[in-house]
Amino acid sequence: MAIDRIMISRRDFLIGTAAAGAGLSLGMYLPDGGEAQAAEQPREVNAWVVIEPDDTVIIRIARSEMGQGTLTGLAQLVAEELECDWSKVKTEYPTPGQSLARNRVWGSFSTGGSQGIRGSHQYVREGGALARVLLIEAAAEAWDVPVEECSVAAGVISHGPTGRTTSYGKVAAAAAGLVPPVAVELKDPKDWKLIGRPVKRLDTHDKLTGAQVFGTDLQLPGMLNASIRACPVFGGKLVAFDDKAVRGMRGVRAVVPVDDNAVAVVADTWWQAHSALQALPITWDQGPNAELSSASIARWLVEGLTADDAFVGNRAGDVEQALQAAAKTVEAVYGYPYQHHATLEPMNATARWTAQRCEVWCPTQNGEAALQAAAEAAGLPPAQCEVYKIHLGGGFGRRGFSDYVKQAVAIAKQLPGTPVKLLWSREEDMLHGAYHPITQARLVGGLDANGDLIGLRVRISGQSILASVRPAALQDGADMITFQGMLPDGDHAISYSVPNLLVDHAMRNPAVPPGFWRGVNINQNAIYFESFVDELAHAAGKDPLEFRRKLMGDHPKGLAVLNAVAQRAGWGTPAGEGVHRGLAVCKTFGSHVAACAEVSVSSEGRLRIHRIIAATDSGYAVNPQQIEAQVEGSFVFGLSAMLYGGCTVKAGRVEQENFDSYPSMLMAEMPKVETIVMPSGGFWGGVGEPTIAVAAPAVLNAIFAATGKRVRQLPLRGVDLRAA
Amino acid sequence: MAKLNVNGRPVEIDVDGSTPLLWVLREQLGLSGTKYGCGIGVCGACTVHIDGEAVRACVVPVDALSAAQKVLTIEGLSADGSHPVQRVWEELDVPQCGYCQPGMIMSVVALLNGNPTPSDADIDANLTNICRCGTFNRVRRGIHLVAERNKRGEA
Repeated sequence: MAIDRIMISRRDFLIGTAAAGAGLSLGMYLPDGGEAQAAEQPREVNAWVVIEPDDTVIIRIARSEMGQGTLTGLAQLVAEELECDWSKVKTEYPTPGQSLARNRVWGSFSTGGSQGIRGSHQYVREGGALARVLLIEAAAEAWDVPVEECSVAAGVISHGPTGRTTSYGKVAAAAAGLVPPVAVELKDPKDWKLIGRPVKRLDTHDKLTGAQVFGTDLQLPGMLNASIRACPVFGGKLVAFDDKAVRGMRGVRAVVPVDDNAVAVVADTWWQAHSALQALPITWDQGPNAELSSASIARWLVEGLTADDAFVGNRAGDVEQALQAAAKTVEAVYGYPYQHHATLEPMNATARWTAQRCEVWCPTQNGEAALQAAAEAAGLPPAQCEVYKIHLGGGFGRRGFSDYVKQAVAIAKQLPGTPVKLLWSREEDMLHGAYHPITQARLVGGLDANGDLIGLRVRISGQSILASVRPAALQDGADMITFQGMLPDGDHAISYSVPNLLVDHAMRNPAVPPGFWRGVNINQNAIYFESFVDELAHAAGKDPLEFRRKLMGDHPKGLAVLNAVAQRAGWGTPAGEGVHRGLAVCKTFGSHVAACAEVSVSSEGRLRIHRIIAATDSGYAVNPQQIEAQVEGSFVFGLSAMLYGGCTVKAGRVEQENFDSYPSMLMAEMPKVETIVMPSGGFWGGVGEPTIAVAAPAVLNAIFAATGKRVRQLPLRGVDLRAA
Repeated sequence: MAKLNVNGRPVEIDVDGSTPLLWVLREQLGLSGTKYGCGIGVCGACTVHIDGEAVRACVVPVDALSAAQKVLTIEGLSADGSHPVQRVWEELDVPQCGYCQPGMIMSVVALLNGNPTPSDADIDANLTNICRCGTFNRVRRGIHLVAERNKRGEA
């Protein structure tokens, strides 16, 4: 089970609805950790480590598990320093309320930006190391021997001179009473035993039997269920609804307005609530965006491609002069559509409100933000609220937002004391996303007489995420996240040295709400940039690999991953009858990634992706088999978007309402993936997102190699790929 | 009143006949391993077996079923996760978020029951479950591993 104990409030039960065997019994009962059970409380050595008398080690994980394996990876980091027995490790989520009460002892709960490991490796390892020091000290004190004479392996403490041994479980209570040292030394990476090992995930078993409780599966005594509809037009408001039409329907308990833009039906079961909602007459005020369309948005973005107002993201040399001096210039315009996260588990949250206290059970990527949102919606101070994190059926950035939490609380507030589970239908989920922002880009490159790149001008036109969701993070109005993969330095630095360069952004913010979508802006930036580099190579009459290599002299780690995929693919040798290759490379989320795709395109224009070779240098590789899983998953995410993704807007609303019009890649389309994990050490890069960036451009470049057609507007669906 | 046979047990449920099997399993019978993903029979998260066939439970109204038809859900596949497919899934760490996996596993089991050693083309043609995390390659490896063990009589 992902989380061995979900902490819930006193007097509550968590009823796991998974049933054993014949399957009709109702499951487990988990009492909370309130004072009633204080005598049986396990031993908290420090905030990160709890050790029970039977030597079970419970490692606290603040970040959220949504499939990316962070639960296991973070536990490995703590356990490495703790020197415990890995087979006895379990995990649990501390609650955001506990974090508030304990002055954020677990740091950030936010789970996004591939930050799980790279953003918390230092303090979680220190947590493990400090706990180890205390446990050994406790044993030394009990034996009345110098601590230097004691050592530990796999949770068993030994006193060398006398040969005495004891276990973590036996000394944990004493250790908990000791004062921790101020600082602790961490292991040299060469001494790691657990970090770098492809250990199995800790949360697999219950996902195979139906026992894993997701947010949608939560059951509380007396709980009601809600289905909601918000105005499908962005910015529209609720005017009226006629609840007489549905009040008599079976199971219906209430029909309630939610904020100023939605209405929910609350019933005994969700199906009853949803059926009644379908029958409910609702009047909307469509608001100011009723005319918004993909065409109107596109016109605005095209205007931005040559507009004067723009924020500079990267400038070197004098690009205008270089382009004027160039022997040859190449120009192209690219575009990337809105995308939807489409987590397979739709948004949901369960809330119970009273005038004194509000509690929420929900899958969230940001427990602390969910707590703030709950408090706001509840009209209570955060200290009188609590959020219990439930396992996520996918996140991809969507569950970093708390709109659904606010709605659940707003509904529960109208039924005081009654827990209400709000579940969005797939249609509601599709229409109220936090959409991957829409942009276009105009690129102009200049080649000298030798075919070398001497100047590059990149203009991005389109939507800023930060301007909408975190305006305080803008820098003098600029959204620097827009420039992922093209910045001068840092975790998202450009992978090439271009002597004369200008990258800027004409910000155009349509009324479609944007959000962080796994990979964020590197997704389209890498498509624009890596496709265009390919265009430049062909214009220069050069091999795309050689052309890139020449620009990467000052980027050895990027060059290394590029070379690794080229070598494994056999770049320069025939790929097989009708099979063509394409490359892409970038640095993002602190990691260097590259891909080589092998595709064929039939005479009818049918694309087949045969094989993709991917290389990742994340500095340290905590769990190589989980990195492989993330790389394979990144191809599904990136290629689904490339092949089928894309939300279009008509009359102020998104047109795609379900997986029939917003398809996701299936088994039959999945290429063989060969993953090269090549950690070069010395830094901590992310792995959940980077590979998405190279997935699409590698395939698009291979399509060009196969057909001579350069695809510059996505998705690929509907594009005629028959050879030019 | 719907009369069903679920995981080997006859059950009677007081529910509107138009209610999809998915919601009866989840809300009346407490079998929440079967997931809601799309409600239109596309994503496969709700896949169960009806008389051995893989079926999208979100588009089957309970009044279309009789007590003679045997419904099998992920909870009824094995008492403890010991079905050969579940064991291999555990060996290979197939799930990521895991939400699609009960449906995926039910689809795989139905495929293997009818075709113990499926080719890649058979797998492609029969498995149309959506997995947004992207576990497809491990799913494929898992199917071949179960098939290999079937062949050797180990499964």
